[in-house]
Amino acid sequence: MARRYVIVGNGPAGLTAAEAIRRDDASADIRIVGGENHPYYSRPGLAYLLTGSIPESALFSRPDSDYRQLGLTRTVGIAHRIEREAHRLVLTDGQVLPYDRLMLAVGSRAVRPPTPGMELEGVVTMDSLDDTRALIRLARSAKRACVVGGGITALELAEGLAARGVETHYLMRGDRYWGSVLDPHESALVEARLEEDGIRLHREVEVGRVIGHRGKVVALETNTASQMPCDMLAVAVGTQPRVELAQAAGVETGKGIWTDAAFQTSDADIFAAGDVAEMLDAKSGKRSLEALWSVAMEHGRIAGANMAGAQEHYRRPAPFNVTKIGGVTTTLIGAVGTGRSETDLLTLSRGDSQAWREQLDAFAVVADRGADHMRLVVGEDRIVGAVVMGDQAFSRPLQHLIRDRVDIRWVRDRLVSGPAEVRQALATLIERTGSFAAA
Amino acid sequence: MSLAFLHRDKLKRRAMVSGMVVAEPARCVECGTCTYNCPLGIDIRARVRQGLPISSSGCLTCGECVARCPRGALRFEVSPVFRAGAGSN
Repeated sequence: MARRYVIVGNGPAGLTAAEAIRRDDASADIRIVGGENHPYYSRPGLAYLLTGSIPESALFSRPDSDYRQLGLTRTVGIAHRIEREAHRLVLTDGQVLPYDRLMLAVGSRAVRPPTPGMELEGVVTMDSLDDTRALIRLARSAKRACVVGGGITALELAEGLAARGVETHYLMRGDRYWGSVLDPHESALVEARLEEDGIRLHREVEVGRVIGHRGKVVALETNTASQMPCDMLAVAVGTQPRVELAQAAGVETGKGIWTDAAFQTSDADIFAAGDVAEMLDAKSGKRSLEALWSVAMEHGRIAGANMAGAQEHYRRPAPFNVTKIGGVTTTLIGAVGTGRSETDLLTLSRGDSQAWREQLDAFAVVADRGADHMRLVVGEDRIVGAVVMGDQAFSRPLQHLIRDRVDIRWVRDRLVSGPAEVRQALATLIERTGSFAAA
Repeated sequence: MSLAFLHRDKLKRRAMVSGMVVAEPARCVECGTCTYNCPLGIDIRARVRQGLPISSSGCLTCGECVARCPRGALRFEVSPVFRAGAGSN
Protein backbone atom coordinates (compact mmCIF):
# COMPACT_ATOMS: atom_id res chain seq x y z
CA MET A 1 0.00 0.00 0.00
CA ALA A 2 1.21 3.48 -0.82
CA ARG A 3 2.51 5.41 2.14
CA ARG A 4 0.17 8.22 3.20
CA TYR A 5 1.66 11.64 3.83
CA VAL A 6 -0.46 14.49 5.14
CA ILE A 7 1.04 17.98 5.09
CA VAL A 8 -0.70 20.73 7.04
CA GLY A 9 0.22 24.09 5.51
CA ASN A 10 0.20 25.14 1.88
CA GLY A 11 3.17 27.50 2.13
CA PRO A 12 6.81 27.25 1.02
CA ALA A 13 7.79 24.65 3.66
CA GLY A 14 4.75 22.46 2.99
CA LEU A 15 4.93 22.49 -0.79
CA THR A 16 8.71 22.01 -0.90
CA ALA A 17 8.32 19.06 1.48
CA ALA A 18 5.72 17.54 -0.85
CA GLU A 19 8.10 17.91 -3.79
CA ALA A 20 10.90 16.25 -1.82
CA ILE A 21 8.64 13.37 -0.81
CA ARG A 22 7.57 12.84 -4.41
CA ARG A 23 11.21 12.75 -5.56
CA ASP A 24 11.96 9.92 -3.15
CA ASP A 25 8.65 8.07 -3.12
CA ALA A 26 6.94 7.84 -6.50
CA SER A 27 3.91 5.94 -5.23
CA ALA A 28 3.27 8.09 -2.16
CA ASP A 29 -0.23 9.38 -1.46
CA ILE A 30 0.45 13.05 -0.63
CA ARG A 31 -2.21 15.44 0.61
CA ILE A 32 -1.69 19.13 1.44
CA VAL A 33 -4.21 20.78 3.74
CA GLY A 34 -4.28 24.58 3.57
CA GLY A 35 -6.44 26.86 5.68
CA GLU A 36 -6.78 29.63 3.11
CA ASN A 37 -9.13 29.39 0.17
CA HIS A 38 -6.44 30.53 -2.28
CA PRO A 39 -3.89 28.70 -4.36
CA TYR A 40 -0.26 28.88 -3.21
CA TYR A 41 0.89 32.49 -3.17
CA SER A 42 3.92 34.57 -2.28
CA ARG A 43 3.41 36.00 1.18
CA PRO A 44 6.42 38.36 0.92
CA GLY A 45 4.86 39.64 -2.30
CA LEU A 46 1.89 41.06 -0.37
CA ALA A 47 4.00 44.16 0.34
CA TYR A 48 4.31 44.81 -3.40
CA LEU A 49 0.60 44.23 -3.91
CA LEU A 50 -0.05 46.86 -1.27
CA THR A 51 2.22 49.43 -2.95
CA GLY A 52 0.49 48.67 -6.26
CA SER A 53 3.70 47.48 -7.95
CA ILE A 54 2.09 44.19 -8.96
CA PRO A 55 -1.49 42.98 -9.43
CA GLU A 56 -2.88 40.22 -7.23
CA SER A 57 -2.66 37.68 -10.05
CA ALA A 58 1.16 37.98 -10.04
CA LEU A 59 1.34 36.50 -6.53
CA PHE A 60 0.13 33.04 -7.50
CA SER A 61 3.36 31.31 -8.37
CA ARG A 62 2.16 27.70 -8.40
CA PRO A 63 -0.94 26.96 -10.46
CA ASP A 64 -3.13 23.93 -9.75
CA SER A 65 -1.52 22.18 -12.72
CA ASP A 66 1.75 22.02 -10.73
CA TYR A 67 -0.08 20.09 -8.02
CA ARG A 68 -1.54 17.72 -10.57
CA GLN A 69 1.85 17.18 -12.14
CA LEU A 70 3.30 16.31 -8.75
CA GLY A 71 0.33 14.10 -7.96
CA LEU A 72 -0.62 16.13 -4.88
CA THR A 73 -4.14 16.42 -3.53
CA ARG A 74 -4.95 19.87 -2.17
CA THR A 75 -7.63 20.19 0.48
CA VAL A 76 -8.93 23.50 1.81
CA GLY A 77 -9.67 23.03 5.47
CA ILE A 78 -8.60 23.75 9.02
CA ALA A 79 -6.85 21.06 11.01
CA HIS A 80 -8.73 20.53 14.25
CA ARG A 81 -7.00 17.69 16.08
CA ILE A 82 -4.29 15.10 15.70
CA GLU A 83 -5.10 11.60 16.94
CA ARG A 84 -1.57 10.33 17.36
CA GLU A 85 -2.39 6.78 18.43
CA ALA A 86 -4.73 6.23 15.49
CA HIS A 87 -2.49 8.23 13.11
CA ARG A 88 -5.36 10.43 11.98
CA LEU A 89 -5.78 14.13 11.38
CA VAL A 90 -9.29 15.49 11.92
CA LEU A 91 -10.38 18.70 10.20
CA THR A 92 -12.92 21.17 11.61
CA ASP A 93 -15.45 20.11 8.96
CA GLY A 94 -15.25 16.53 10.24
CA GLN A 95 -13.04 15.09 7.50
CA VAL A 96 -10.68 12.43 8.81
CA LEU A 97 -7.32 12.03 7.09
CA PRO A 98 -5.31 8.94 8.04
CA TYR A 99 -1.54 9.33 7.78
CA ASP A 100 1.67 7.37 8.07
CA ARG A 101 3.73 10.56 8.28
CA LEU A 102 2.39 13.97 9.21
CA MET A 103 4.05 17.30 8.49
CA LEU A 104 3.12 20.45 10.38
CA ALA A 105 4.13 23.42 8.26
CA VAL A 106 1.46 25.68 9.67
CA GLY A 107 3.54 28.86 9.83
CA SER A 108 2.94 31.74 12.18
CA ARG A 109 0.32 34.43 12.67
CA ALA A 110 0.64 38.15 13.30
CA VAL A 111 0.16 39.06 16.93
CA ARG A 112 -1.52 42.15 18.28
CA PRO A 113 -0.30 43.96 21.37
CA PRO A 114 -2.53 43.80 24.46
CA THR A 115 -3.60 47.42 23.96
CA PRO A 116 -7.28 48.19 24.56
CA GLY A 117 -9.20 48.75 21.33
CA MET A 118 -7.20 46.36 19.12
CA GLU A 119 -10.44 44.58 18.14
CA LEU A 120 -11.92 47.70 16.48
CA GLU A 121 -12.67 47.84 12.78
CA GLY A 122 -9.78 49.58 11.03
CA VAL A 123 -7.07 47.85 13.08
CA VAL A 124 -5.26 45.71 10.54
CA THR A 125 -2.28 43.41 10.04
CA MET A 126 -0.67 42.22 6.80
CA ASP A 127 -0.60 38.51 7.49
CA SER A 128 -2.42 36.99 4.56
CA LEU A 129 -3.87 37.77 1.16
CA ASP A 130 -7.29 38.38 2.73
CA ASP A 131 -5.69 40.83 5.19
CA THR A 132 -4.02 42.68 2.35
CA ARG A 133 -7.26 42.88 0.37
CA ALA A 134 -8.89 44.42 3.45
CA LEU A 135 -5.99 46.87 3.81
CA ILE A 136 -6.34 47.98 0.20
CA ARG A 137 -10.09 48.36 0.59
CA LEU A 138 -9.69 50.48 3.73
CA ALA A 139 -6.92 52.59 2.16
CA ARG A 140 -9.34 53.69 -0.58
CA SER A 141 -11.36 55.76 1.85
CA ALA A 142 -8.89 56.34 4.70
CA LYS A 143 -7.43 59.79 5.10
CA ARG A 144 -4.95 59.14 7.84
CA ALA A 145 -3.27 55.91 8.92
CA CYS A 146 -0.98 55.13 11.82
CA VAL A 147 1.53 52.28 11.73
CA VAL A 148 3.02 50.70 14.84
CA GLY A 149 5.61 47.95 15.11
CA GLY A 150 9.05 47.24 13.76
CA GLY A 151 11.15 45.12 11.45
CA ILE A 152 10.51 44.95 7.74
CA THR A 153 6.73 44.49 7.85
CA ALA A 154 6.09 47.82 9.62
CA LEU A 155 7.98 49.66 6.88
CA GLU A 156 6.18 47.74 4.17
CA LEU A 157 2.88 48.80 5.69
CA ALA A 158 3.93 52.43 5.99
CA GLU A 159 5.32 52.58 2.45
CA GLY A 160 2.34 50.74 1.00
CA LEU A 161 -0.22 53.00 2.63
CA ALA A 162 1.74 56.13 1.66
CA ALA A 163 1.94 54.86 -1.94
CA ARG A 164 -1.86 54.60 -1.91
CA GLY A 165 -2.13 58.26 -0.99
CA VAL A 166 -3.02 57.84 2.66
CA GLU A 167 -1.41 60.33 5.06
CA THR A 168 0.80 57.90 6.96
CA HIS A 169 2.28 58.28 10.44
CA TYR A 170 4.83 55.75 11.69
CA LEU A 171 4.91 55.57 15.48
CA MET A 172 8.08 54.13 17.01
CA ARG A 173 8.38 53.22 20.67
CA GLY A 174 12.15 53.59 20.51
CA ASP A 175 14.23 56.60 19.53
CA ARG A 176 15.06 55.16 16.11
CA TYR A 177 14.04 52.50 13.57
CA TRP A 178 14.97 48.85 14.34
CA GLY A 179 17.66 49.70 16.88
CA SER A 180 18.26 46.05 17.80
CA VAL A 181 19.55 45.18 14.31
CA LEU A 182 20.56 48.45 12.62
CA ASP A 183 23.17 50.90 13.88
CA PRO A 184 22.28 54.59 14.32
CA HIS A 185 23.55 55.57 10.87
CA GLU A 186 21.57 52.79 9.17
CA SER A 187 18.41 53.75 11.04
CA ALA A 188 18.94 57.36 10.00
CA LEU A 189 19.35 56.36 6.33
CA VAL A 190 16.05 54.46 6.38
CA GLU A 191 14.25 57.19 8.30
CA ALA A 192 15.41 59.86 5.85
CA ARG A 193 14.05 57.83 2.93
CA LEU A 194 10.72 57.32 4.66
CA GLU A 195 10.42 61.06 5.24
CA GLU A 196 11.23 61.67 1.56
CA ASP A 197 8.23 59.45 0.75
CA GLY A 198 6.06 61.71 2.89
CA ILE A 199 5.79 59.33 5.85
CA ARG A 200 5.70 61.22 9.14
CA LEU A 201 7.84 59.71 11.87
CA HIS A 202 7.06 59.90 15.58
CA ARG A 203 9.71 58.67 18.00
CA GLU A 204 9.30 57.40 21.55
CA VAL A 205 5.56 57.17 21.19
CA GLU A 206 3.55 54.52 22.94
CA VAL A 207 -0.07 53.79 22.16
CA GLY A 208 -2.09 53.47 25.35
CA ARG A 209 -5.51 52.87 23.82
CA VAL A 210 -7.22 52.72 20.46
CA ILE A 211 -10.29 54.93 20.52
CA GLY A 212 -13.33 53.89 18.53
CA HIS A 213 -16.63 55.33 17.50
CA ARG A 214 -19.43 52.97 16.48
CA GLY A 215 -16.94 50.12 16.42
CA LYS A 216 -14.44 51.88 14.14
CA VAL A 217 -11.04 53.38 14.88
CA VAL A 218 -11.10 57.17 15.09
CA ALA A 219 -7.99 58.01 17.10
CA LEU A 220 -5.11 56.75 19.22
CA GLU A 221 -4.39 57.79 22.74
CA THR A 222 -0.63 58.06 23.14
CA ASN A 223 1.82 59.05 25.85
CA THR A 224 2.71 62.25 23.97
CA ALA A 225 -0.57 63.53 22.58
CA SER A 226 -3.90 63.08 24.22
CA GLN A 227 -5.42 61.95 20.92
CA MET A 228 -4.03 61.29 17.47
CA PRO A 229 -6.90 61.05 14.96
CA CYS A 230 -6.71 58.24 12.35
CA ASP A 231 -9.03 55.99 10.33
CA MET A 232 -6.65 53.05 10.26
CA LEU A 233 -4.11 51.46 12.55
CA ALA A 234 -1.73 49.00 10.90
CA VAL A 235 0.04 46.72 13.35
CA ALA A 236 3.32 44.82 12.82
CA VAL A 237 4.65 43.89 16.23
CA GLY A 238 5.67 40.36 15.29
CA THR A 239 4.41 36.89 14.59
CA GLN A 240 3.79 33.82 16.68
CA PRO A 241 4.22 30.21 15.51
CA ARG A 242 0.94 28.31 15.34
CA VAL A 243 1.72 25.69 17.96
CA GLU A 244 -1.80 24.97 19.23
CA LEU A 245 -2.49 21.88 17.10
CA ALA A 246 0.76 20.20 18.15
CA GLN A 247 0.44 21.32 21.74
CA ALA A 248 -3.06 19.87 22.10
CA ALA A 249 -1.79 16.56 20.74
CA GLY A 250 0.98 16.43 23.32
CA VAL A 251 3.82 17.05 20.85
CA GLU A 252 6.62 18.98 22.59
CA THR A 253 6.49 22.72 21.98
CA GLY A 254 8.14 25.88 23.24
CA LYS A 255 7.84 29.11 21.30
CA GLY A 256 7.47 26.87 18.25
CA ILE A 257 7.15 23.12 17.68
CA TRP A 258 10.35 21.53 18.91
CA THR A 259 12.29 19.57 16.33
CA ASP A 260 15.73 18.10 15.92
CA ALA A 261 17.97 18.92 12.96
CA ALA A 262 16.07 16.35 10.86
CA PHE A 263 12.80 18.23 11.62
CA GLN A 264 11.38 15.30 13.54
CA THR A 265 9.25 16.28 16.54
CA SER A 266 8.90 14.39 19.82
CA ASP A 267 6.58 12.05 17.86
CA ALA A 268 8.66 10.07 15.35
CA ASP A 269 5.91 10.17 12.72
CA ILE A 270 5.29 13.90 12.97
CA PHE A 271 7.59 16.47 11.43
CA ALA A 272 7.53 20.27 11.52
CA ALA A 273 9.19 22.82 9.23
CA GLY A 274 9.15 26.50 8.34
CA ASP A 275 8.22 29.38 10.65
CA VAL A 276 6.62 27.03 13.16
CA ALA A 277 9.68 24.82 13.69
CA GLU A 278 11.85 25.64 16.65
CA MET A 279 14.86 23.58 15.74
CA LEU A 280 17.54 22.40 18.14
CA ASP A 281 21.04 23.10 16.95
CA ALA A 282 23.03 20.18 18.35
CA LYS A 283 26.28 22.12 18.19
CA SER A 284 25.20 25.17 20.18
CA GLY A 285 22.49 23.40 22.18
CA LYS A 286 20.14 26.28 21.38
CA ARG A 287 16.73 26.28 19.76
CA SER A 288 15.85 28.98 17.27
CA LEU A 289 13.05 30.25 15.06
CA GLU A 290 13.36 31.78 11.61
CA ALA A 291 10.71 33.57 9.58
CA LEU A 292 12.40 33.65 6.19
CA TRP A 293 11.02 32.38 2.87
CA SER A 294 14.20 30.70 1.62
CA VAL A 295 14.83 29.09 5.02
CA ALA A 296 11.28 27.67 5.03
CA MET A 297 11.92 26.08 1.62
CA GLU A 298 15.18 24.53 2.81
CA HIS A 299 13.44 23.23 5.94
CA GLY A 300 10.71 21.74 3.76
CA ARG A 301 13.15 20.09 1.39
CA ILE A 302 15.07 18.34 4.17
CA ALA A 303 12.00 17.48 6.25
CA GLY A 304 10.23 16.01 3.21
CA ALA A 305 13.24 13.87 2.30
CA ASN A 306 13.46 12.60 5.89
CA MET A 307 9.76 11.80 5.97
CA ALA A 308 10.35 9.60 2.95
CA GLY A 309 13.20 7.79 4.69
CA ALA A 310 16.35 9.89 4.19
CA GLN A 311 18.53 10.95 7.09
CA GLU A 312 19.50 14.48 6.23
CA HIS A 313 20.37 17.06 8.81
CA TYR A 314 19.84 20.77 8.46
CA ARG A 315 22.91 22.90 8.68
CA ARG A 316 21.85 26.30 9.85
CA PRO A 317 23.35 28.76 7.43
CA ALA A 318 24.19 32.37 8.19
CA PRO A 319 20.62 33.64 7.82
CA PHE A 320 20.25 36.43 5.35
CA ASN A 321 17.49 38.48 3.89
CA VAL A 322 17.54 41.10 1.24
CA THR A 323 14.79 43.59 0.83
CA LYS A 324 14.12 47.20 0.12
CA ILE A 325 13.85 49.03 3.40
CA GLY A 326 12.90 52.62 2.94
CA GLY A 327 13.56 52.16 -0.78
CA VAL A 328 17.19 51.17 -0.15
CA THR A 329 18.18 47.64 -1.13
CA THR A 330 19.48 46.14 2.09
CA THR A 331 21.03 42.76 2.81
CA LEU A 332 21.39 41.50 6.37
CA ILE A 333 23.72 38.54 6.85
CA GLY A 334 24.62 36.63 10.02
CA ALA A 335 25.04 38.21 13.45
CA VAL A 336 24.63 41.96 13.07
CA GLY A 337 22.86 42.74 16.36
CA THR A 338 23.64 46.02 18.07
CA GLY A 339 23.00 44.74 21.57
CA ARG A 340 20.11 47.14 22.08
CA SER A 341 16.88 45.67 23.29
CA GLU A 342 13.87 45.36 21.04
CA THR A 343 11.45 48.24 21.34
CA ASP A 344 8.91 47.86 18.55
CA LEU A 345 8.58 44.09 18.22
CA LEU A 346 7.03 41.74 20.74
CA THR A 347 8.13 38.64 18.81
CA LEU A 348 10.01 37.75 15.64
CA SER A 349 8.52 39.48 12.61
CA ARG A 350 8.20 38.14 9.07
CA GLY A 351 11.44 38.28 7.10
CA ASP A 352 13.28 38.21 10.40
CA SER A 353 15.80 35.94 12.08
CA GLN A 354 16.74 35.54 15.73
CA ALA A 355 20.33 35.03 14.61
CA TRP A 356 20.68 38.65 13.50
CA ARG A 357 20.52 39.70 17.13
CA GLU A 358 23.24 37.35 18.30
CA GLN A 359 26.05 39.14 20.06
CA LEU A 360 29.35 37.49 19.33
CA ASP A 361 32.80 38.54 20.44
CA ALA A 362 33.30 40.91 17.55
CA PHE A 363 33.24 44.55 16.61
CA ALA A 364 31.91 46.58 13.73
CA VAL A 365 33.74 48.37 10.95
CA VAL A 366 31.94 50.67 8.58
CA ALA A 367 32.77 51.42 4.98
CA ASP A 368 30.65 54.07 3.31
CA ARG A 369 30.98 55.37 -0.22
CA GLY A 370 28.55 58.04 -1.35
CA ALA A 371 25.07 56.78 -0.67
CA ASP A 372 26.26 53.20 -0.25
CA HIS A 373 26.76 51.81 3.21
CA MET A 374 28.38 48.66 4.50
CA ARG A 375 28.95 47.45 8.04
CA LEU A 376 31.05 44.38 8.75
CA VAL A 377 30.99 42.63 12.09
CA VAL A 378 34.49 41.21 12.45
CA GLY A 379 35.40 38.46 14.89
CA GLU A 380 38.82 37.06 15.83
CA ASP A 381 39.23 34.89 12.77
CA ARG A 382 36.16 35.43 10.60
CA ILE A 383 33.49 37.89 9.57
CA VAL A 384 30.37 37.04 11.58
CA GLY A 385 27.84 39.45 10.07
CA ALA A 386 27.28 42.22 7.57
CA VAL A 387 24.77 44.89 6.59
CA VAL A 388 24.97 46.07 2.99
CA MET A 389 22.81 49.01 1.94
CA GLY A 390 22.66 50.42 -1.58
CA ASP A 391 25.24 48.91 -3.96
CA GLN A 392 25.06 45.13 -3.54
CA ALA A 393 28.32 44.14 -5.24
CA PHE A 394 29.79 42.83 -1.97
CA SER A 395 26.68 41.18 -0.59
CA ARG A 396 26.97 37.84 -2.40
CA PRO A 397 30.64 37.24 -1.65
CA LEU A 398 29.99 38.30 1.95
CA GLN A 399 27.27 35.65 2.20
CA HIS A 400 29.91 33.08 1.27
CA LEU A 401 32.58 34.47 3.62
CA ILE A 402 30.16 34.45 6.56
CA ARG A 403 28.38 31.18 5.79
CA ASP A 404 31.62 29.23 5.25
CA ARG A 405 33.46 30.91 8.14
CA VAL A 406 36.35 31.82 5.88
CA ASP A 407 39.55 32.52 7.82
CA ILE A 408 40.42 36.22 7.69
CA ARG A 409 43.35 36.37 10.10
CA TRP A 410 45.85 37.24 7.37
CA VAL A 411 43.86 40.33 6.34
CA ARG A 412 42.16 41.18 9.62
CA ASP A 413 44.48 44.08 10.55
CA ARG A 414 43.66 45.79 7.27
CA LEU A 415 39.94 45.08 7.62
CA VAL A 416 39.76 46.80 10.99
CA SER A 417 42.30 49.56 10.34
CA GLY A 418 39.81 52.23 9.28
CA PRO A 419 37.04 53.09 6.86
CA ALA A 420 39.38 53.94 3.98
CA GLU A 421 40.96 50.51 3.96
CA VAL A 422 37.90 48.27 4.50
CA ARG A 423 36.62 48.02 0.93
CA GLN A 424 40.10 47.44 -0.45
CA ALA A 425 40.89 44.78 2.13
CA LEU A 426 37.55 43.09 1.56
CA ALA A 427 38.10 43.06 -2.21
CA THR A 428 41.51 41.41 -1.67
CA LEU A 429 39.95 38.84 0.67
CA ILE A 430 37.23 38.04 -1.83
CA GLU A 431 39.65 37.74 -4.72
CA ARG A 432 42.08 35.48 -2.84
CA THR A 433 39.39 33.20 -1.47
CA GLY A 434 37.42 32.95 -4.70
CA SER A 435 34.29 34.16 -2.94
CA PHE A 436 32.80 35.77 -6.03
CA ALA A 437 32.77 32.41 -7.75
CA ALA A 438 31.62 30.52 -4.67
CA ALA A 439 28.78 32.85 -3.70
CA MET B 1 23.43 65.80 -18.57
CA SER B 2 23.33 64.64 -22.18
CA LEU B 3 26.75 63.02 -21.81
CA ALA B 4 25.53 61.15 -18.76
CA PHE B 5 22.50 60.01 -20.74
CA LEU B 6 24.67 58.82 -23.62
CA HIS B 7 26.89 56.97 -21.19
CA ARG B 8 23.89 55.23 -19.64
CA ASP B 9 22.57 54.41 -23.08
CA LYS B 10 25.92 52.95 -24.07
CA LEU B 11 26.02 50.82 -20.92
CA LYS B 12 22.49 49.63 -21.58
CA ARG B 13 23.22 48.68 -25.16
CA ARG B 14 26.41 46.94 -24.18
CA ALA B 15 24.52 44.94 -21.56
CA MET B 16 21.82 44.03 -24.09
CA VAL B 17 24.39 42.69 -26.50
CA SER B 18 26.89 41.01 -24.21
CA GLY B 19 25.03 40.40 -20.99
CA MET B 20 22.76 37.71 -19.68
CA VAL B 21 20.44 37.63 -16.72
CA VAL B 22 21.51 35.30 -13.94
CA ALA B 23 19.44 34.37 -10.90
CA GLU B 24 20.23 33.64 -7.29
CA PRO B 25 17.29 31.47 -6.21
CA ALA B 26 18.00 31.83 -2.47
CA ARG B 27 17.02 35.51 -2.69
CA CYS B 28 13.77 34.88 -4.57
CA VAL B 29 10.48 35.11 -2.67
CA GLU B 30 8.32 34.29 -5.73
CA CYS B 31 6.58 37.69 -5.70
CA GLY B 32 6.29 37.65 -9.49
CA THR B 33 7.55 41.19 -10.07
CA CYS B 34 10.01 39.90 -12.71
CA THR B 35 7.43 37.88 -14.64
CA TYR B 36 4.88 40.69 -14.45
CA ASN B 37 7.31 43.24 -15.91
CA CYS B 38 8.90 41.09 -18.61
CA PRO B 39 7.93 42.67 -21.96
CA LEU B 40 8.20 39.27 -23.63
CA GLY B 41 6.01 37.53 -21.09
CA ILE B 42 8.73 35.09 -20.02
CA ASP B 43 7.85 33.40 -16.74
CA ILE B 44 11.16 34.31 -15.16
CA ARG B 45 10.02 33.32 -11.67
CA ALA B 46 9.26 29.77 -12.79
CA ARG B 47 12.63 29.48 -14.52
CA VAL B 48 14.43 30.68 -11.39
CA ARG B 49 12.63 28.09 -9.28
CA GLN B 50 13.32 25.30 -11.74
CA GLY B 51 16.97 26.31 -12.06
CA LEU B 52 16.61 26.93 -15.79
CA PRO B 53 18.87 29.58 -17.36
CA ILE B 54 16.99 32.74 -18.27
CA SER B 55 19.33 33.33 -21.21
CA SER B 56 17.86 30.37 -23.09
CA SER B 57 14.28 31.66 -22.89
CA GLY B 58 14.49 34.25 -25.67
CA CYS B 59 15.43 36.94 -23.14
CA LEU B 60 16.48 40.24 -24.74
CA THR B 61 18.47 41.31 -21.65
CA CYS B 62 16.40 44.51 -21.50
CA GLY B 63 16.99 44.67 -17.75
CA GLU B 64 13.40 45.29 -16.62
CA CYS B 65 13.44 42.27 -14.28
CA VAL B 66 16.91 43.03 -12.92
CA ALA B 67 15.98 46.62 -12.14
CA ARG B 68 12.62 45.81 -10.60
CA CYS B 69 13.35 42.70 -8.52
CA PRO B 70 12.92 44.01 -4.97
CA ARG B 71 15.16 41.29 -3.55
CA GLY B 72 18.18 41.60 -5.78
CA ALA B 73 17.68 38.02 -6.97
CA LEU B 74 18.56 38.81 -10.59
CA ARG B 75 21.73 40.34 -11.97
CA PHE B 76 23.59 40.83 -15.21
CA GLU B 77 26.61 38.80 -16.05
CA VAL B 78 28.74 39.06 -19.12
CA SER B 79 28.01 36.15 -21.39
CA PRO B 80 31.01 33.77 -21.63
CA VAL B 81 31.22 34.53 -25.37
CA PHE B 82 32.01 38.18 -24.66
CA ARG B 83 33.93 37.79 -21.43
CA ALA B 84 37.46 38.14 -22.86
CA GLY B 85 36.95 41.57 -24.39
CA ALA B 86 34.32 42.96 -22.04
CA GLY B 87 34.91 46.39 -20.56
CA SER B 88 37.92 47.15 -22.76
CA ASN B 89 36.56 50.45 -24.02
